Order: sequence, then C-alpha cells, then structure tokens
Amino acid sequence: MSELTLLLIRIAYLAVLWIFVLSAISVIRSDMFGARVPETARTPEPRGREPKAKSPSKRRGSPTHVLVTEGANAGERADLAAAPVLIGRGSDAAIRLDDDYVSTRHARIAASGDQWFVEDLGSTNGTYVGTVRITQPTTITLGTQVRIGKTILELRK
Amino acid sequence: MSGVSQTTGNPILGFVHRRRRGAELFLLVLALAVGIGAYAAVGVGVEGAVPTDLIGYGGWLAALVVGAHVVVRLVAPYADPVLLPVVAALNGLGLAVIHRLDLTEDTGFAAQQLVWMTIGVGLFVGTLVLLRDHRVLTRFTYTSGLAAIVLLLMPMLPLIGNEVRGARIWVRLGPVGMQPGEVAKVLLVIAFAGYLVLHRDALALAGRRLLLVDLPRGRDLGPILGMWLISLGILVFQRDLGSSLLFFGLFLFMLYVATERAGWLVVGGGLFLGGALVAWQLFSHVQTRVNVWLNPFDYYGPGTNDTAFQPVEATFGMAWGGLLGRGFGGGDPGRVPFAESDFIMAAIGEELGLTGMMAVLVLYGLIVERGLRAALISRDGFGKLLATGLASVFALQVFVVIGGVTGLIPLTGLTTPFLSYGGSSLVANWVIIALLLRVSDLARRPVPELTAADDAGDQDTQVIRVAR
Repeated sequence: MSELTLLLIRIAYLAVLWIFVLSAISVIRSDMFGARVPETARTPEPRGREPKAKSPSKRRGSPTHVLVTEGANAGERADLAAAPVLIGRGSDAAIRLDDDYVSTRHARIAASGDQWFVEDLGSTNGTYVGTVRITQPTTITLGTQVRIGKTILELRK
Repeated sequence: MSGVSQTTGNPILGFVHRRRRGAELFLLVLALAVGIGAYAAVGVGVEGAVPTDLIGYGGWLAALVVGAHVVVRLVAPYADPVLLPVVAALNGLGLAVIHRLDLTEDTGFAAQQLVWMTIGVGLFVGTLVLLRDHRVLTRFTYTSGLAAIVLLLMPMLPLIGNEVRGARIWVRLGPVGMQPGEVAKVLLVIAFAGYLVLHRDALALAGRRLLLVDLPRGRDLGPILGMWLISLGILVFQRDLGSSLLFFGLFLFMLYVATERAGWLVVGGGLFLGGALVAWQLFSHVQTRVNVWLNPFDYYGPGTNDTAFQPVEATFGMAWGGLLGRGFGGGDPGRVPFAESDFIMAAIGEELGLTGMMAVLVLYGLIVERGLRAALISRDGFGKLLATGLASVFALQVFVVIGGVTGLIPLTGLTTPFLSYGGSSLVANWVIIALLLRVSDLARRPVPELTAADDAGDQDTQVIRVAR
C-alpha cells in the first residue's frame, strides 16, 4: 500500500466517523429547537389562557361543572370552582336533591391533582359510578355517570 | 388511570412523539459503516489487504444490529432513535480496535468479544421483550439491592474470588471469569431508584439551613453512610479505586436528582474527600496511583520501578497520534500493556488521533444526553430516577476511565463502555441500553385514551335503577 492510499483511508475513515456523529446529532436536533406541533393542534387559543399554569383543572377540555342529568332535579348544576361539591338532601349541600333515596350528606366531588374524585359520605343507599357501588374515592371523568338515589349526575365542560 | 380525559383538547398534551424508526435504521446503516469500515481499514493498514472474512464479519455484525432494530420496532416502537445506532457504532469500533491489537500481539480477543457482543445483544433483546413496563422493577427494589451486595462480595470469597493485577474484582467459575461489579452496577441503579422514589420526601424536606445550604437531618444520613461504607469497603478490600468512585458517585447523583438538594452533594463530597484522604494516608496502592498521576516520569524508564510505564506509554502514543492519528496499522499501540481493555482509548488516540477521540467522546455524550432526555420526559418518578441513574453511571464510568487514561485524574481500573475488551462490562452495558430504551419508549408513547371505556356503563345504570 502506498503512503498516499493509507493517508486517504485514514482521512476517509475519520470522515465516516464524523458523518455518523453529525447525522446522529441532526436526528435529535428537535431537542434543541423544540418539537414541531401538528398544524391542526396549533389553532388559536382564546385569550386569557394565562391562569392556565396556575391550576391544571383550568385546562381546556377539563370539566367546569356538575350537572344533574336525570331525576327530580334534572338541569340543576354546581360550579366545580367551589370544589369540593357536596351532594345531598341537606340544606348545606351545593346540589340539593329532592329525592327520597338520597341521604342528607350523601356524596362529595373533589379534585386531586388534575383528576376529579367522587366520594361516598356514608350514605344509606350508596353511590354508584356506572354500575359499581363505590367503597372509596373513585376517579370520574367527563360524562361518567354518577348515580345517587334516583338521580344521575355528570361532569360537564 | 392517570390524567386521562384532559389531554384531548390541549395542544401541548395532545402532542405525540414521532416514532423515528426510519431515522434509527438510517443511523444504523451509518453505524455499520463505522464498524465494518474500521475492520476493513485495520486489514488494509496492518496486513496490506482487505480482510478475507470481511463479508462474514460484516454480515454477522449487520445481522446482530438489524435483529436488535427489528425487536425495537416490534416491542418498543416509540423508543429513542439514537441510542441503538450510537451503541452499535461504538461496539463496532471497539471490535475493530481490539482486532487491530490482536494482529500485532497475536491474541484472539476480538473473536471472544464478538461472542460477548452476541450475548449482549441477546440480553438486550430479552430485556426489551420480557420487560414491557419498567415500573415492574419497583417490586424488586430490595431484592436487587441485596443481589448487588452479594455480587460485590463474591470476589472476596476464598474459592471463586480471584485477584488480577492487584484488584480483587474477579470471580472465576471454571473457565469463565466475570466481574460481578459490572452487573451489580445495573442492580444498584434499580435498587436506588426504587428506594429513592419512595423515601425522597423525607430526604428532601427535613433538615436545617446552614451557610446557604440545606443540610439534611442526622437520622436521614443512614443510607448515604451505608453506601459510603460499602464504597470504602470496595476500595480497601478489593483495591478497586474505580468501582468505589463509581458506586458512591452514582448514589450521590441519584440522591441529588431525587431530592433537588445541593446539601447532599456537600455532605457526600465531604465524605468522599475524607474517605479518599484517609485511604491515601493508609494504603500504599492508593499512594502509588496518586504519585504516578502527579509525577509520571519519576516512575518511568530504567533505574526506576517502572510503575508509570502504562500511562506514560499511553501518553506517548496519544502524542504521536496528534490531530489526525497514525491511521490503523500506522501506530504502535501494542506498547501499552492491556491496551485492549483499560487503555483502548489510548489506542484510539494513537491511530485515529484527537479527531477520532473527540468523535468517540461526543458519542458517549450523546448516550448520556439521550438517557437524561428520557428521564426528563418520563411520566413516572421511578422511570425518571432509573434513566437518570443509568445515564449517570455511564457518564461517571466514561469520565473516570478516560480521565484516567488522559491523565486528568489518578488512574483507576474500569472498562471503557462498549469499546474495551471484557464480557461482563459489554453485556451489562447492553442491558443498560435496553432499560434506557424501555424508559424512553414509555415516556414518548402517547397517553392512552380511557374515556371510551366509561361510556359502556350507560345502559346498565338504567337497568339497576329500575330493579330497585
């Protein structure tokens, strides 16, 4: 092998090595310049998003109120901003239900982190999420049906 | 079960990472060019002809790497696209350099290393296939901690323990020798991550403030003191400076990341400095290392005991390599004893020069960056700590060994990840990469949409209501 060939091989190999390094870096350049958000998701947000960072429950798409969807008090609602929301027949309840199967202080809807929980407060007939009678605080999301006596409640946007 | 329905409407949370498997494949092809190109260049440089087994060797390497890629595609589709190619390139380069040393010294390390690489890729695949969720590992927090301590103690046992070059870190079972410390490294990261994710609140919040630094409470010092004693034990009884520094530094890093308190760094740094000073006073082998580091030329050449022969020859080699290196076959890296294991960076510095050495260092930096990146975007605390721990153990090991070879810190005996000859180290590092890929896969995967499942109960609610 001539000296020149060896020199060329040496430089060519270093070039291959660095081409690999630079390609690897170019694959992860989005780390440095930020990831591309899909065009559809970049629709203009309404102004006044500033308090967004303060509380996760203020995010778009998160529930804002509890709505009674079925039962004697259908249509009644309570704002989740005043959480925890007490539900029952008593006068101190945020949603007062005229339902004989509901206890005075029947259940409570409260937030933990960015999730909403419903908690039974020792009621006579129990609280149901879907078809299951709950024994401990249970996560509910938008549209989950919470049944209390003859009444059904939902989280709504 | 976590934060489900809120993610749909939000553009930031609705962001989905791209899989980037195509980019990974492209980088893997380049990585194979690095590995096989080095093998061909070694053949041309040393023997004057392209090696005859290039097709077979390259095919085997390509089969291993493409096999790993296919498994990643199937079981971890959102995993980081850069880690696997970088590791493949480093491993390929390491194989070529070991082969080059084999040719001058008439040894057969490269073939053995290729076998170890095959086992390593096998374990990599096995880890990815069997471990679909890294959070399963939290169940084995104390089990893996205990296993790590047992592994660390194994070289001290009379029958199977083995002393090689003054360091008692080997276990010999029949013909197969292994360094249990390399495996213990991975287990320790799992144990620390599982422990800290549970107890970090107590370690983070309690304590008092002194001189602008929050110092922890005395009673919380238990684990750090225990780890410090274990590290000192390794230093004293196994005479292994590198592992001692590695394990203690790893614990300190993870403690700092878990608690966000600089106070732990102050306490830990103080403990380490104190321990190191005492060890330096008491033990002659530590003093020798420090003296060789400070005045290498006093211990080199005729008339001296030649303790500095290895580091000084390595320095000569790297100096001769210069900016562009001598080219494969143009240098004489065989002059450095154990060039294929501890001093492989010196061989790379001699034949590929500063340019090649910097490329290797950038590749190591990329691995660490990708690990920390996976930790940043991971959604669970255990995954964060696991990825941070694995990345920092990698960073520490590279720093300790390359710092030692280049004379920045006293020389310690550790392997250079993926480059050095050594089965335990190579296999353990492939498992580390598999764990990092698993964490990054779960971190980059879009959040599962659980709202649909809730609608199923609608009709049933009515039925039960009527039944009452």
